[in-house]
Amino acid sequence: MESTVDFALLGLLAITAFGVLRMRNLVAVVMLMGIYSFLSAALFVVLDAVDVAFTEVAVGAGVSTILALGTVALVGTRQKRRKHSPVLPLFIVLVTGGMLVYGTYDLPRWGEPDNPVHRHVAPEYLADQVPLAAEPGEALAVHIPNIVTTVLASYRGYDTLGETTVVFAAMVGVLTLFVGSRRPRRGGRPPADDEDGDGAS
Amino acid sequence: MMVVGASIAVLVTMAMAMARALLGPTVYDRVLAVNMFGTKTVLTIALIGFFTGRPEFLDLALAYGLLNFIGTIAVLKFFQFGSLGASGPHPGETESG
Repeated sequence: MESTVDFALLGLLAITAFGVLRMRNLVAVVMLMGIYSFLSAALFVVLDAVDVAFTEVAVGAGVSTILALGTVALVGTRQKRRKHSPVLPLFIVLVTGGMLVYGTYDLPRWGEPDNPVHRHVAPEYLADQVPLAAEPGEALAVHIPNIVTTVLASYRGYDTLGETTVVFAAMVGVLTLFVGSRRPRRGGRPPADDEDGDGAS
Repeated sequence: MMVVGASIAVLVTMAMAMARALLGPTVYDRVLAVNMFGTKTVLTIALIGFFTGRPEFLDLALAYGLLNFIGTIAVLKFFQFGSLGASGPHPGETESG
Protein backbone atom coordinates (compact mmCIF):
# COMPACT_ATOMS: atom_id res chain seq x y z
CA MET A 1 0.00 0.00 0.00
CA GLU A 2 2.79 2.35 0.82
CA SER A 3 4.43 1.91 -2.55
CA THR A 4 1.06 2.46 -4.23
CA VAL A 5 0.83 5.83 -2.53
CA ASP A 6 4.41 6.58 -3.58
CA PHE A 7 3.68 5.76 -7.20
CA ALA A 8 0.46 7.73 -7.19
CA LEU A 9 2.19 10.78 -5.72
CA LEU A 10 5.07 10.50 -8.19
CA GLY A 11 2.62 10.15 -11.07
CA LEU A 12 0.74 13.26 -10.00
CA LEU A 13 4.09 15.03 -9.68
CA ALA A 14 4.98 14.13 -13.27
CA ILE A 15 1.57 15.29 -14.52
CA THR A 16 2.01 18.60 -12.72
CA ALA A 17 5.47 19.07 -14.18
CA PHE A 18 4.19 18.52 -17.72
CA GLY A 19 1.30 20.88 -17.05
CA VAL A 20 3.77 23.55 -15.93
CA LEU A 21 5.79 23.01 -19.09
CA ARG A 22 2.86 23.08 -21.51
CA MET A 23 0.78 25.94 -20.13
CA ARG A 24 0.99 29.48 -21.44
CA ASN A 25 -1.11 31.14 -18.75
CA LEU A 26 1.42 32.12 -16.11
CA VAL A 27 -1.10 32.45 -13.28
CA ALA A 28 -2.11 28.85 -13.86
CA VAL A 29 1.55 27.89 -13.90
CA VAL A 30 2.05 29.55 -10.51
CA MET A 31 -0.92 27.65 -9.10
CA LEU A 32 0.46 24.39 -10.50
CA MET A 33 3.82 25.13 -8.91
CA GLY A 34 1.98 25.35 -5.58
CA ILE A 35 0.52 21.91 -6.19
CA TYR A 36 3.96 20.64 -7.15
CA SER A 37 5.28 21.92 -3.84
CA PHE A 38 2.56 20.17 -1.85
CA LEU A 39 3.24 16.92 -3.70
CA SER A 40 6.97 17.08 -3.06
CA ALA A 41 6.27 17.83 0.59
CA ALA A 42 4.11 14.71 0.83
CA LEU A 43 6.90 12.72 -0.82
CA PHE A 44 9.42 14.14 1.65
CA VAL A 45 7.22 12.96 4.50
CA VAL A 46 7.12 9.51 2.90
CA LEU A 47 10.92 9.61 2.82
CA ASP A 48 11.02 10.54 6.55
CA ALA A 49 12.49 13.98 5.87
CA VAL A 50 9.90 15.83 7.89
CA ASP A 51 11.91 19.02 8.37
CA VAL A 52 12.58 19.28 4.64
CA ALA A 53 8.88 18.74 4.00
CA PHE A 54 7.99 21.54 6.35
CA THR A 55 10.42 23.92 4.66
CA GLU A 56 9.10 22.89 1.27
CA VAL A 57 5.53 23.79 2.20
CA ALA A 58 6.40 27.05 3.94
CA VAL A 59 8.80 28.28 1.27
CA GLY A 60 7.66 26.47 -1.87
CA ALA A 61 3.89 26.56 -1.52
CA GLY A 62 3.63 29.63 0.67
CA VAL A 63 6.18 32.34 -0.01
CA SER A 64 7.25 31.35 -3.54
CA THR A 65 3.66 31.41 -4.78
CA ILE A 66 3.20 34.95 -3.51
CA LEU A 67 6.53 36.11 -4.94
CA ALA A 68 5.80 34.49 -8.30
CA LEU A 69 2.34 36.09 -8.40
CA GLY A 70 3.95 39.47 -7.69
CA THR A 71 6.27 38.88 -10.62
CA VAL A 72 3.38 37.86 -12.88
CA ALA A 73 1.52 41.02 -11.93
CA LEU A 74 4.52 43.00 -13.19
CA VAL A 75 5.35 41.09 -16.37
CA GLY A 76 1.92 40.04 -17.63
CA THR A 77 0.16 36.71 -17.61
CA ARG A 78 0.95 35.33 -21.06
CA GLN A 79 4.12 33.47 -21.85
CA LYS A 80 5.86 34.44 -25.08
CA ARG A 81 6.27 31.84 -27.80
CA ARG A 82 9.75 30.51 -27.79
CA LYS A 83 11.80 31.00 -30.87
CA HIS A 84 14.43 28.28 -30.67
CA SER A 85 13.66 24.63 -31.14
CA PRO A 86 13.48 22.49 -27.99
CA VAL A 87 15.59 19.66 -29.43
CA LEU A 88 18.97 20.60 -27.95
CA PRO A 89 17.69 21.24 -24.38
CA LEU A 90 15.69 18.03 -24.51
CA PHE A 91 18.77 16.13 -25.66
CA ILE A 92 20.86 17.58 -22.84
CA VAL A 93 18.20 16.76 -20.26
CA LEU A 94 17.84 13.20 -21.51
CA VAL A 95 21.60 12.63 -21.52
CA THR A 96 21.97 14.06 -18.02
CA GLY A 97 19.07 11.99 -16.74
CA GLY A 98 20.49 8.87 -18.35
CA MET A 99 23.85 9.49 -16.73
CA LEU A 100 22.23 9.98 -13.33
CA VAL A 101 20.25 6.75 -13.63
CA TYR A 102 23.41 4.97 -14.78
CA GLY A 103 25.19 6.37 -11.73
CA THR A 104 22.64 4.82 -9.39
CA TYR A 105 23.81 1.33 -10.46
CA ASP A 106 27.09 2.02 -8.68
CA LEU A 107 25.50 3.05 -5.41
CA PRO A 108 25.98 0.77 -2.41
CA ARG A 109 22.92 -1.02 -1.14
CA TRP A 110 20.66 1.13 0.98
CA GLY A 111 21.13 0.77 4.72
CA GLU A 112 24.12 -1.59 4.73
CA PRO A 113 26.30 -1.04 7.81
CA ASP A 114 29.48 -1.25 5.71
CA ASN A 115 28.54 1.61 3.41
CA PRO A 116 31.15 4.34 2.98
CA VAL A 117 28.91 6.86 4.70
CA HIS A 118 29.11 4.85 7.91
CA ARG A 119 32.84 4.23 7.54
CA HIS A 120 34.08 7.74 6.98
CA VAL A 121 34.14 9.85 10.14
CA ALA A 122 31.29 8.39 12.13
CA PRO A 123 33.35 5.69 13.93
CA GLU A 124 35.82 8.34 15.05
CA TYR A 125 33.04 10.54 16.41
CA LEU A 126 31.43 7.63 18.17
CA ALA A 127 34.72 6.36 19.57
CA ASP A 128 35.93 9.38 21.41
CA GLN A 129 32.92 11.73 21.61
CA VAL A 130 35.46 14.42 21.02
CA PRO A 131 35.03 17.91 22.18
CA LEU A 132 37.06 20.06 19.83
CA ALA A 133 38.00 22.34 22.70
CA ALA A 134 39.87 19.66 24.58
CA GLU A 135 43.62 19.56 24.86
CA PRO A 136 45.32 16.63 23.13
CA GLY A 137 46.09 14.96 26.42
CA GLU A 138 42.65 15.15 27.94
CA ALA A 139 40.34 13.93 25.26
CA LEU A 140 37.22 13.90 27.42
CA ALA A 141 37.61 17.25 29.07
CA VAL A 142 34.12 18.31 27.96
CA HIS A 143 32.30 15.07 28.34
CA ILE A 144 28.83 15.18 26.86
CA PRO A 145 26.94 11.99 27.63
CA ASN A 146 24.62 12.17 24.62
CA ILE A 147 26.28 11.34 21.31
CA VAL A 148 23.75 13.33 19.29
CA THR A 149 24.41 16.40 21.39
CA THR A 150 28.13 15.86 20.99
CA VAL A 151 27.94 15.80 17.22
CA LEU A 152 25.51 18.71 17.10
CA ALA A 153 27.44 20.92 19.47
CA SER A 154 31.00 20.05 18.50
CA TYR A 155 30.77 19.50 14.76
CA ARG A 156 27.43 20.46 13.35
CA GLY A 157 27.68 23.93 14.85
CA TYR A 158 30.39 24.83 12.33
CA ASP A 159 28.13 23.69 9.52
CA THR A 160 25.37 25.96 10.78
CA LEU A 161 27.83 28.82 11.09
CA GLY A 162 28.76 28.35 7.44
CA GLU A 163 25.11 28.25 6.37
CA THR A 164 24.39 31.42 8.28
CA THR A 165 27.33 33.11 6.58
CA VAL A 166 26.00 32.13 3.16
CA VAL A 167 22.50 33.37 3.95
CA PHE A 168 23.89 36.61 5.31
CA ALA A 169 26.01 37.13 2.19
CA ALA A 170 23.00 36.46 -0.04
CA MET A 171 20.87 38.93 1.90
CA VAL A 172 23.54 41.62 1.71
CA GLY A 173 23.74 41.03 -2.03
CA VAL A 174 19.99 41.36 -2.54
CA LEU A 175 19.81 44.50 -0.42
CA THR A 176 22.71 45.95 -2.40
CA LEU A 177 20.75 45.35 -5.60
CA PHE A 178 17.68 47.11 -4.21
CA VAL A 179 19.48 50.19 -2.91
CA GLY A 180 19.32 53.03 -5.39
CA SER A 181 16.77 51.43 -7.74
CA ARG A 182 13.96 53.77 -6.81
CA ARG A 183 13.24 54.99 -10.30
CA PRO A 184 9.64 55.48 -11.39
CA ARG A 185 7.81 52.42 -12.62
CA ARG A 186 6.55 51.75 -16.10
CA GLY A 187 2.87 52.54 -16.41
CA GLY A 188 0.11 50.23 -17.54
CA ARG A 189 0.38 47.40 -15.07
CA PRO A 190 -1.76 47.21 -11.93
CA PRO A 191 -0.38 49.45 -9.20
CA ALA A 192 2.17 47.68 -7.07
CA ASP A 193 3.22 50.32 -4.57
CA ASP A 194 4.59 47.97 -1.95
CA GLU A 195 8.24 48.93 -2.21
CA ASP A 196 8.47 50.25 1.30
CA GLY A 197 7.12 47.10 2.89
CA ASP A 198 8.97 44.12 1.59
CA GLY A 199 12.35 45.35 0.45
CA ALA A 200 13.73 45.83 3.91
CA SER A 201 12.11 43.08 5.88
CA MET B 1 -8.58 -1.73 5.61
CA MET B 2 -10.18 1.57 6.43
CA VAL B 3 -6.84 3.30 6.00
CA VAL B 4 -6.46 1.72 2.57
CA GLY B 5 -9.91 2.84 1.51
CA ALA B 6 -9.30 6.34 2.81
CA SER B 7 -5.97 6.52 1.00
CA ILE B 8 -7.53 5.52 -2.30
CA ALA B 9 -10.32 8.05 -1.82
CA VAL B 10 -7.84 10.82 -1.03
CA LEU B 11 -5.65 9.95 -4.01
CA VAL B 12 -8.66 9.96 -6.35
CA THR B 13 -9.70 13.35 -4.97
CA MET B 14 -6.17 14.62 -5.50
CA ALA B 15 -6.34 13.52 -9.13
CA MET B 16 -9.66 15.31 -9.59
CA ALA B 17 -8.36 18.51 -7.98
CA MET B 18 -5.34 18.24 -10.26
CA ALA B 19 -7.63 17.96 -13.28
CA ARG B 20 -9.44 21.11 -12.20
CA ALA B 21 -6.15 22.94 -11.75
CA LEU B 22 -5.02 21.88 -15.23
CA LEU B 23 -8.30 22.56 -17.04
CA GLY B 24 -9.92 25.22 -14.88
CA PRO B 25 -11.25 27.99 -17.07
CA THR B 26 -10.97 30.75 -14.48
CA VAL B 27 -8.30 31.69 -11.99
CA TYR B 28 -10.66 30.98 -9.12
CA ASP B 29 -11.05 27.35 -10.17
CA ARG B 30 -7.31 27.01 -9.98
CA VAL B 31 -7.03 28.76 -6.61
CA LEU B 32 -9.70 26.49 -5.22
CA ALA B 33 -7.97 23.46 -6.71
CA VAL B 34 -4.68 24.41 -5.06
CA ASN B 35 -6.41 25.00 -1.73
CA MET B 36 -8.11 21.62 -1.98
CA PHE B 37 -4.86 19.99 -2.98
CA GLY B 38 -3.25 21.41 0.15
CA THR B 39 -6.05 19.95 2.26
CA LYS B 40 -5.59 16.59 0.57
CA THR B 41 -1.86 16.78 1.29
CA VAL B 42 -2.69 17.25 4.97
CA LEU B 43 -4.90 14.16 4.82
CA THR B 44 -2.25 12.18 2.95
CA ILE B 45 0.34 12.99 5.58
CA ALA B 46 -2.05 11.94 8.32
CA LEU B 47 -2.80 8.67 6.52
CA ILE B 48 0.89 7.97 5.87
CA GLY B 49 1.45 8.53 9.57
CA PHE B 50 -1.18 5.95 10.40
CA PHE B 51 -0.13 3.21 8.08
CA THR B 52 3.53 3.54 8.91
CA GLY B 53 2.56 3.38 12.58
CA ARG B 54 3.87 6.81 13.42
CA PRO B 55 0.98 9.21 13.91
CA GLU B 56 3.33 11.77 15.52
CA PHE B 57 3.36 13.64 12.24
CA LEU B 58 -0.21 14.74 12.80
CA ASP B 59 0.96 18.05 14.24
CA LEU B 60 2.89 18.61 11.03
CA ALA B 61 -0.35 18.06 9.13
CA LEU B 62 -2.05 20.64 11.34
CA ALA B 63 0.67 23.17 10.61
CA TYR B 64 0.21 22.49 6.89
CA GLY B 65 -3.46 23.22 7.26
CA LEU B 66 -2.69 26.62 8.78
CA LEU B 67 -0.12 27.45 6.10
CA ASN B 68 -2.51 26.42 3.36
CA PHE B 69 -5.21 28.69 4.73
CA ILE B 70 -2.87 31.68 5.04
CA GLY B 71 -1.48 31.06 1.57
CA THR B 72 -4.93 30.99 0.01
CA ILE B 73 -5.91 34.20 1.78
CA ALA B 74 -2.74 35.86 0.53
CA VAL B 75 -3.31 34.73 -3.05
CA LEU B 76 -6.92 35.91 -3.07
CA LYS B 77 -5.95 39.23 -1.50
CA PHE B 78 -3.39 39.55 -4.22
CA PHE B 79 -5.97 38.94 -6.93
CA GLN B 80 -8.29 41.49 -5.45
CA PHE B 81 -5.86 44.31 -4.80
CA GLY B 82 -3.05 43.62 -7.27
CA SER B 83 -0.44 43.75 -4.52
CA LEU B 84 0.11 42.65 -0.98
CA GLY B 85 1.45 45.90 0.43
CA ALA B 86 -1.58 48.03 -0.38
CA SER B 87 -3.95 48.64 2.46
CA GLY B 88 -6.97 48.04 0.23
CA PRO B 89 -10.16 50.04 -0.04
CA HIS B 90 -12.02 51.31 2.96
CA PRO B 91 -14.90 49.22 4.24
CA GLY B 92 -17.96 49.92 2.17
CA GLU B 93 -16.16 50.46 -1.09
CA THR B 94 -15.93 47.49 -3.39
CA GLU B 95 -13.50 48.91 -5.92
CA SER B 96 -10.21 47.12 -6.30
CA GLY B 97 -6.97 48.81 -7.21
